[in-house]
Amino acid sequence: MLAKIGRRLLTVVPTIIGVIIVTFMLTRVLPGDPAIYFAGPAATPQSIAEIRKTLGLDRPLPVQFVHYVDDLAHGDLGNSLSTGQSVVTEIASRLPASAELTLFALVISMAVAVPLGILAAVRQGSWIDHICRIVATAGVSLPVFFTGLLLVYVFYFLLGWAPAPIGRLDVFYTPPTDYTGFYLIDGLLDLDVDTVWAALKQLILPALTLGIFALAPIARMTRASMLALLTSDFVRTARASGLSNRTVIITYAFRNAMLPVITTLGMVFSFLLGANVLVEKVFAWPGIGSYAVEALIASDFAPVQGFVLTMAILYVVLNLAIDMLYGVIDPRVRLEG
Amino acid sequence: MNDTAAIASRAPTATPVARPAGNSIWGHARHVMAENPVTGIAFGLFVVIALAALVGPYVVPYDPLASDVVAKLQAPTLAHWFGTDQLGRDIFSRVVVATRLDFVIAVTSVALVLAGGGLAGIAAGYFGGWTDRIVSRIADTIMAFPLFVLAMGIVAALGNTVTNIVIATAIINFPLYARVARAEANVRREAGFVQAARLSGNGEFRILLTQILPNIMPIMMVQISLTMGYAILNAAGLSFIGLGVRPPTPEWGIMVAEGAATIISGEWWIALFPGAALMIAVFCFNLLGDGLRDLVDPQRRT
Repeated sequence: MLAKIGRRLLTVVPTIIGVIIVTFMLTRVLPGDPAIYFAGPAATPQSIAEIRKTLGLDRPLPVQFVHYVDDLAHGDLGNSLSTGQSVVTEIASRLPASAELTLFALVISMAVAVPLGILAAVRQGSWIDHICRIVATAGVSLPVFFTGLLLVYVFYFLLGWAPAPIGRLDVFYTPPTDYTGFYLIDGLLDLDVDTVWAALKQLILPALTLGIFALAPIARMTRASMLALLTSDFVRTARASGLSNRTVIITYAFRNAMLPVITTLGMVFSFLLGANVLVEKVFAWPGIGSYAVEALIASDFAPVQGFVLTMAILYVVLNLAIDMLYGVIDPRVRLEG
Repeated sequence: MNDTAAIASRAPTATPVARPAGNSIWGHARHVMAENPVTGIAFGLFVVIALAALVGPYVVPYDPLASDVVAKLQAPTLAHWFGTDQLGRDIFSRVVVATRLDFVIAVTSVALVLAGGGLAGIAAGYFGGWTDRIVSRIADTIMAFPLFVLAMGIVAALGNTVTNIVIATAIINFPLYARVARAEANVRREAGFVQAARLSGNGEFRILLTQILPNIMPIMMVQISLTMGYAILNAAGLSFIGLGVRPPTPEWGIMVAEGAATIISGEWWIALFPGAALMIAVFCFNLLGDGLRDLVDPQRRT
């Protein structure tokens, strides 16, 4: 088992190398002068030349690449021009906000999509199956920033149920003590129900927006794999042995149906991490996505580069975790290798 | 003749398809349409969108860039069907005119990736070996990024223009096209008609272009339709965060962004109409893609 995990970890190495090369290329090899990007919009020729020298851009590419990797190994992603802060510190301090939003959204969409997919498969051709199909097609067609705005209009402006889309916490509240960076968990640890409630109210609309987006692929996959399993031989045997409908569906079909769904999660994360940027912009959510957008508008390239790299590494790690989880759930994967 | 050979080459994996009476693609198309009227509706929508892209700028009632401070922030009326925005510009005219830009971005990027990714994939599947390893490695590396994030990075690095949005959209779609083309070319590389072409003295590149490529086109058409919707969404998302298209150019994503500020104070029409247009366009392409898949590949029908 350990050897297998080790082998799987090794497959990540070429991917990470590829990711680092691409993020390096984004600044150095593509047309355009990176010194101008790094110098920002208000640069003079002298300052550009100076930056070119400090960045080592006058040296040959392979040397530059070695320096880039060396900086990365020391956890240095450069400094932001607009705030002067180191990019690593800023990304680290903003990451929990994005992570809390994305994970909460994933929980919401799993909680809705999995039962929906199961019901659609069990009652194939019924109204719930049609709802599932509509959700699956509509979900992939919705521009996530547009859904977010619609939700704001309905729940904030029309109904007044949700607070204004101005970030993680209303200005009247102080953030909870920083244990995990997740306001919901930190608030609970502080035993501060008021803050948890306020944070939850801010979180629910952006998480719902992201969740609706992730709903479609999960529901579609659950339905498809449940359908395949419900007609399989061992389910028929279980039924013929007189097991209750509930046992057959939950114990026999559902547990096996979850395997392809977990694989789909890899793709879902690719969507979620991208859509995160748009949702954070709509809800003024202080995560790494809005950090990158602010930097993009200011032509401040170091944070954008750091953001792309962080997201890619995060995504690779998530895929790795999904693979591991798959091995834990399905013993066959472990045996066959 | 190629057609029958293509079906025969798949025989080991798929049972032969019973062809409908009439034995023509039109007979089959009619059958699919009858079974799934949604495809027909999607095709109708597509015609409307294409028309709006073609003649939109010549038929709209107002100049999409002309502002009218007296008539600013008006809710939909008979004079302004979709209302007016902060500068008093007519939203209906802007939404219709924007169709062309969004359509052109999507079509160009899909054409680019079809040429680049499609050919690379065919070569990888047909030649195997090093070509295959290089193409697959490039595709894997692109897939290692969350795709929208990579598109943001590419536009930021190449420069903030519409052309670069097209390029970024093409690059993030590369793995999809390369993989499909690779798999399809791989299946056909030892097919009867390919061997016949080889025996009659055709060079490898000639076989690739005259035998493999035409046989893969139907599958690639499905891919095109499915990714068109994604390409439009991606481009609109990039311009929503302020990349590529600059105001005051009418474009759906940027128009939604312009309406974002006012939707909180209740002026819903500025964001709603361009957002709905975007949604309908993407929906239409997705439905069309599903319909086309049924038409081209009955085996994979869901």
